Amino acid sequence: MGPVSAHPSPTSTLRPHHGSLSVPVEIERPETSEAPFAVPEPDVPWVTVVHNDPVNLMSYVSYVFQTYFGYSKDKAHRLMLDVHHKGRAVVSSGSREEMERDVQAMHGYGLWATLQQDRG
Amino acid sequence: MTGQFEPLPGGGAAAPLDEVEISILRSLAVQLLELIGPGAEPAGSGEDDMLAALFAEGPSEPPSDPVLARLFPDAYGGPDAVPDDGVRAASAEFRRYTENDLRARKREDALALIRALDALSAESGGAVLRLKPDECRQWLGALNDLRLAIGTRLEVTDEDDGGELLRLPDSDPRKPMVLAYFWLGGLQETLVEALTG
Repeated sequence: MGPVSAHPSPTSTLRPHHGSLSVPVEIERPETSEAPFAVPEPDVPWVTVVHNDPVNLMSYVSYVFQTYFGYSKDKAHRLMLDVHHKGRAVVSSGSREEMERDVQAMHGYGLWATLQQDRG
Repeated sequence: MTGQFEPLPGGGAAAPLDEVEISILRSLAVQLLELIGPGAEPAGSGEDDMLAALFAEGPSEPPSDPVLARLFPDAYGGPDAVPDDGVRAASAEFRRYTENDLRARKREDALALIRALDALSAESGGAVLRLKPDECRQWLGALNDLRLAIGTRLEVTDEDDGGELLRLPDSDPRKPMVLAYFWLGGLQETLVEALTG
């Protein structure tokens, strides 16, 4: 079973429903809308972001992008350089469940990755 | 210490290791295993316990140890974002469903490294380690986890790469870890080259 895809979106189930006093979960919490995934929008794709890390070898990061995503050597190298020089790179996009799988895989390889909704 | 893997014909890689290198690698891998901790294994061995283990939830909070926090990072947020409640809840949820699997994978990689070392018949002070392709992948994972662990303990930053840390005096208590860190880096680098060649 795929544990990451079997559960409902925590941000949508825990988000307070404004004005609905019958909702029992954390209705006292103030609304915050600045976080990119605070209000999930189904039509906006999610992305996996890999962050720069002083320990991981550049060759290893390229190797992971080739091995896991099946990217060409050139594309993997370019993404690795983006991570290294810009501090982060978007390495994949898709549904939230797919991106959770990718992030879990990146953590398995020891890369520092997060997922978020892509707001351009 | 040389620390060089060479590709083997037909896949896989080989590296000569002396007694000291074998002992250091093994000891570091054992320390990593101890840090990651045992799996959520059931007390008994009955079917109920196996089911319980299958559905056991992992932790929801990030580990307090910096090494473990690096090995098992939050899935939401990242360095540029100030986490709000929604981000924290999403990270906690993800962690509950994935961290046990992630710990199991890292344990298996470290165990594969230890098993390969133990299978070496270290005659006259050394041996040639020969890894099959599958073992190479597990070794890459284990070597990377070891470097993440040591790098975090040493508080390695980009500016330290090959520089300041290597110039530490021999009397510095961090020196042995620094040497191990760069030696592991050489092993990992040549293993990546052997696989991607």
